[in-house]
Amino acid sequence: MTTATVLEPKMPKCWRQETKPHKFCPGCGHGDILKALGTAIDELGIQDRVVFGCDIGCSLLSWDFFNCDAIQTHHGRTTPVMTGIKRARPELICIAYMGDGGGYAIGAQHLVNAASRNEKLTVILANNAQYGMTGGQMAPTTLPGMKTETSPYGRDVDATGNPTLGPEMVAAITPASAYVARGTMANIPQLTRMMKKALQNQIDGNGFSFVEALSACPTNWRMNAAKTWEFVEKEMTKYFKVGELKVPAAKQEG
Amino acid sequence: MADKPIQGEKRMFMTGNEVCAYAALAAGVDIMYGYPITPQNEIMHYWTRLAPKHNRSFLQTEDEISAGFTTCGGVLSGKRAFTATAGPGNTLMQEPMSMAEMMRIPAVFIIQQRGGPSTATVIYSQQEVTMTCYGANGEGLRVVYSTANHQELYDYTIKAFNTAWKYRFPTFVLGDGYQAKMRESLTMYDPELRGIKMVDTYPLVGLPGKAGADRDPAHLRNTYNTEEELYEVVKELVATYEKFAPEIVEHTTMECDDAEVVILCHGIVSRAAVEAIRELRADGVKAGMFRPITLRPFPAEPLRNVVQKAKKLLIVESAEGQFARLALPSLYGLTTPMETIFKPGQGITSDEIVKKIKAMA
Ligand SMILES: Cc1ncc(C[n+]2csc(CCOP(=O)(O)OP(=O)(O)O)c2C)c(N)n1
Ligand code: SF4
Repeated sequence: MTTATVLEPKMPKCWRQETKPHKFCPGCGHGDILKALGTAIDELGIQDRVVFGCDIGCSLLSWDFFNCDAIQTHHGRTTPVMTGIKRARPELICIAYMGDGGGYAIGAQHLVNAASRNEKLTVILANNAQYGMTGGQMAPTTLPGMKTETSPYGRDVDATGNPTLGPEMVAAITPASAYVARGTMANIPQLTRMMKKALQNQIDGNGFSFVEALSACPTNWRMNAAKTWEFVEKEMTKYFKVGELKVPAAKQEG
Repeated sequence: MADKPIQGEKRMFMTGNEVCAYAALAAGVDIMYGYPITPQNEIMHYWTRLAPKHNRSFLQTEDEISAGFTTCGGVLSGKRAFTATAGPGNTLMQEPMSMAEMMRIPAVFIIQQRGGPSTATVIYSQQEVTMTCYGANGEGLRVVYSTANHQELYDYTIKAFNTAWKYRFPTFVLGDGYQAKMRESLTMYDPELRGIKMVDTYPLVGLPGKAGADRDPAHLRNTYNTEEELYEVVKELVATYEKFAPEIVEHTTMECDDAEVVILCHGIVSRAAVEAIRELRADGVKAGMFRPITLRPFPAEPLRNVVQKAKKLLIVESAEGQFARLALPSLYGLTTPMETIFKPGQGITSDEIVKKIKAMA
């Protein structure tokens, strides 16, 4: 008889064990992104100072994800809710977590204005190229030709525009003290480093920090694991270049 | 490409959201503007599949503020245009809706109510009554049809476009999550075959001819400089609304002639009431139902006449008294004893109504 070694999955210490396993669909990118965020919080030792805000969309399923104070609000208003807290209590580390629908469509004005004002916040946005929670409609980030519930014949860029380049936009409107990057669930060590830098930028009181993370929604994409990975790594990166766009007085991520 | 999406009459079995998309097609809608929100998403999903086949258009906007304003823009340019939303989307859309009241923009809004306050549930409620009738700043100069089944979703979606364009007030079809998502049968028809003529639409801006030379420019506004000026404008709007109200107002009753207990309810809750009345009548309890179909304008006189004759009144709704607050001013001065079943965000069964009425006896 052989004894099987049971490997416990390694969870960040700031995760709330009682709420695990989490509520995202199997293979969803949100879990991985929140793992990178959790690791970053652990490594910076800021768990007791973090206020985590999540948005409408599947990100709301993370309202009880961490052993941190958390607030779930809606449709892109997470950024102003966190702004309100940060302005009143600058010692807190405020993290706004949202999807591409919340960040680039309904709540875009909040992202634009918080970035312009250089709010000392960290905004993390999961880009899964469509609206997950409402059942897979077109998002600002939907790829050209991609079929969704509201682009059933494929996204026609002549009629609906090109995929939104969020980090590129944020980089263009923020001052030099901001941190802006695009990571991916396909490279968690890199994404974790980006999150750490984004949080450090807030801790240092430097300025706005923004990380977009390429994410997967196998449920609405109707894809198996292999196809999902291929889509994230090959298709999404054609439009969404992974890397750092703005790094205040620091070394660029390779 | 068939020019008539619904040919003749057709018995169908489908979800309420699908019914709305087909009704809009049958009504000759040119364009839908929308933003995803449960439980109305499939109105857009079906519309985006069907519309291109019938040369109709769709725009997905960045939020409901935009969906409402683009709808107003479409209507101002003379198109039969509509949008659909729910809950927090209805909240955001109040801003364009109040502009539509002030400018008398005949926009059509389909609301599939979900739970509240705020994001709440994505399922069912009747908690958008106050907001749909009186949301936003202003006087609530709107027409609101509260539907109870899929046939009515079809009939009143078509009718909403005619009411809107005939009277030029924003018009609402108020459904709910159950109606949106469940399947039931209905008869779809080409409105023309039933003698329903779709009221012609016309542009309010972009008219032919050179403005200032061949015609007056269209100068539309919702800003007024003085209190006196605004007073005149609003008084005029209210007077127009009230002049049309008797033509628009609708209600239905069941077994009210000899009713000792009257159930007052609206929308899908009335289906539980209908069943309850059948059971109660079989047990010798004289129960009846009064159901406003238009919540705005409200059928005040007919309700008062029915309640006046009854010994008791029971108000039933899936909200904490929003509908009751709409109805009670019509009953001012009456002494008929009243009880309520208020269940915010929950459905209501006939059993609950039967039990309550038996306990009231
Ligand atoms: C005012 C308002 N409109 C619409 C909705 C419905 N809604 C819930 S989640 C969602 C889309 C979320 O998509 P995204 O931000 O990309 O997040 P994902 O679910 O993909 O993670 C929408 C439109 C809402 N809750 N409130
Ligand atoms: S629907 Fe998509 S984004 Fe939402 S939890 Fe499932 S996989 Fe993740």
